[in-house]
Amino acid sequence: MDAESTTAVKVAAAEQEALISGSEAVAVASKLMDVDVITAYPIRPYDTMMQFIAKQIANGEQDAEYVVAESEHSQFEIAKHASAVGARALCGSSGVGWCYAFEAIAVTPALRLPLVAMVGNRALDDPGAFGTEHNDALAARDLGWMHVWVDTAQEALDTTLIAYRVAEDRRVLLPCAISTDGAFLTHSQSLVKIPPKSWVGEFLPPYSRGNLVLHPDNPITIAPQVNEDWLMEIRRQTDQAMRNARGVLEEAYRDFRRIFGRDYGTPFFEEYHTDDAEIVLVGMGTLSMPVRVAVRKLREEGQKVGFVRIRWFRPFDHERLGALLSRFQAVGVADRDFSMGSPYNSGVLANEVRAAVYGQPKHPPIVSFITGLGGREVTIPSVREMFDHTREAAETGTSPTDTRWIGVRA
Amino acid sequence: MARTISVEVVYRGIFQKTLAKNICRGIVLAARREGKSGIAFGRYGDSPERNGVPAKNFAIVAPNEEELQLSMAQYEPAETDITITADDMLCKGVESWAWYGLEPINEKLRENGTLVVTSTLPAQEIIKFCHTKTTPYRLAMIPGIPSFSGLWVYKDDHTDVRILGALPKVCPDLVTLDSMLRAIKDEWKDDLKVTSARRSYEQTVAHSVGPGEGNPEVPYTFDLPGWTKMREGVTIEGIPLGEPIKFGDQIGGYRPARNPYFKKFSTRTMRPVIDFDKCVKCTLCWLQCPDACFDVTPEQTYDLNAEACCGCGVCSAVCPVSGCITMVNEAAFHDNKSQWEAYKTDRQAYASWVKQRIANQPERSHGFRYRGQYEEQVARAGAGDGGDD
Repeated sequence: MDAESTTAVKVAAAEQEALISGSEAVAVASKLMDVDVITAYPIRPYDTMMQFIAKQIANGEQDAEYVVAESEHSQFEIAKHASAVGARALCGSSGVGWCYAFEAIAVTPALRLPLVAMVGNRALDDPGAFGTEHNDALAARDLGWMHVWVDTAQEALDTTLIAYRVAEDRRVLLPCAISTDGAFLTHSQSLVKIPPKSWVGEFLPPYSRGNLVLHPDNPITIAPQVNEDWLMEIRRQTDQAMRNARGVLEEAYRDFRRIFGRDYGTPFFEEYHTDDAEIVLVGMGTLSMPVRVAVRKLREEGQKVGFVRIRWFRPFDHERLGALLSRFQAVGVADRDFSMGSPYNSGVLANEVRAAVYGQPKHPPIVSFITGLGGREVTIPSVREMFDHTREAAETGTSPTDTRWIGVRA
Repeated sequence: MARTISVEVVYRGIFQKTLAKNICRGIVLAARREGKSGIAFGRYGDSPERNGVPAKNFAIVAPNEEELQLSMAQYEPAETDITITADDMLCKGVESWAWYGLEPINEKLRENGTLVVTSTLPAQEIIKFCHTKTTPYRLAMIPGIPSFSGLWVYKDDHTDVRILGALPKVCPDLVTLDSMLRAIKDEWKDDLKVTSARRSYEQTVAHSVGPGEGNPEVPYTFDLPGWTKMREGVTIEGIPLGEPIKFGDQIGGYRPARNPYFKKFSTRTMRPVIDFDKCVKCTLCWLQCPDACFDVTPEQTYDLNAEACCGCGVCSAVCPVSGCITMVNEAAFHDNKSQWEAYKTDRQAYASWVKQRIANQPERSHGFRYRGQYEEQVARAGAGDGGDD
């Protein structure tokens, strides 16, 4: 097809708008890309995705094997095995449901199975709670899963397409977890542009495992027993795949911009009013909403503040992020998670940021915060408080040795 | 419109969940036709799958995406321009399963905001149920009984579009009637629904409610402790044992201690009325009540604790004596006082009170089973008494 006729096709098949939630957006993406196998087991807030897919199948809009397992462990195992035989597979969970699947989650990366899972971020029970907290997804941060955090339903849809494109790339073949904040993304409907299937087809090639496919025509054994004589090499292969993912992600975002016309900038993080900022906050997920509002208010008052939202947590772009953050007079990191007993008693993200900045010639003070746990709203005054403490560190030029909890009753 | 407008729909768990969702979606889709942006969401802490439990859904409409951001990571707006309830008994208060205490129905309404209620009762009766506010607001009545519209097993009674049609009237800043009608036509593809919405627009009138008008009772409150004050290990104190009942010279029976922070009565739409003279002391109501609402009186009869009762009707179903426990529409009551104390104070007055309540105990009907039933009910109830502005 020549360039002109391609343009003609795009105009004819314009995007449609729908009022859907973030998890419904992932479900819509699964329809657009013809996912073959969907495995499900209900837990709030992820269940909004499985319900929407079930509805799409029942309405005759989507054709897929839909397996409701008897637990999350089986749910992830079934999806994993489907992926091994060459089926595009989708699953997901939340909170302790994700933890219950942990054995399956842990083994997926080494087997190079590009399973995609939506994690509806939820606090780990007990106490029984539904609200968003990132410790569920982060529990799997070191295992070889790619991890991405989105902040709108539109980004959830787009990122699902990108996740498959990167995960199924022969240079990567790693599973990917898409984190969507419970409630704010999973249970809130906003206006989302739904691209035509033809664009998705152009963006995402069919899933092909080549000589890794489990099929009678390609007799292989997957995951035999190994000892110390083999394992380190296997780990290094998985590590290489994750390194490769950085470049493949950039390719995917470039192609996405070309085909869909939506520009996410650098794939790994999003900058908001950073150009002339003196201090910035760093965070993930829907924390961006109150922070953006606060940044605008503070700028009206003449304060040069900005925000950096980490999108891809694994792979983590330590070089570019480190270079960016070292520019500022101080950096505050707002964790919606905890890592008890860790350096500085901080959350997970803050220590990742410290590590990224350490390699830079210039080290601005880093101030860590823990906030919004269990889905507690991060309010505008809370954001101001975090900026105030970050400003203090900029003025004194020293990093605090401890982490502040913001919005907790003493 | 240059400002963000917030609408909340207060509804009954499970039966009205789809109705509430449809109303909120309708608002956002109509506003979208005018180039505005919007979101629709339920209050996350609620458990709307539970039978009858009060729950909330919201629609936020903003002039652009940026203005909307503040609302995109919140559980509920700080204040509303419109609060809607499709069950008039929710005007007595809203206690979510998520433990926010008893919230007055009009708590979130901003000054001169509008409370929209579907009811067959006169506006003055509804105002009596609503807690007082220090600022004025308006009350718009849409004649109708508590609807299950949108629930798959019930017929569509157009409650969703009748409420949607009223909104451009009570809050012209939200959306025009034209946009609303076009959105309804697109979403439901049904001309009758468009007609219902237009008619509702024409008929809806709003009454002014002044500061201090309504139920003066102060809703109970509680403090949330800080982390340094709480017992560790996610533990809470158990409910202590109860005490005997004292009334006049009589001491005896047993009143169990109850959770002072979570009362459940706003889930109720019917209330048991007890004729103590008919009680044979069989204990069945007391045994079978799923919420342990019954106190044992010094006379070994059973008194209802109306703060703990969510109106399930099990007591009335298991009572072996005809006319001893009768479920009566909650609209007939204005307090949660003890029936047994009233009985002990003046047996004759109590007997006539019971007689009156039982004689006038319209079963709460849900949904419609044939075309025209709605009009019949409205005519019978004589609802829609006009407004003053």
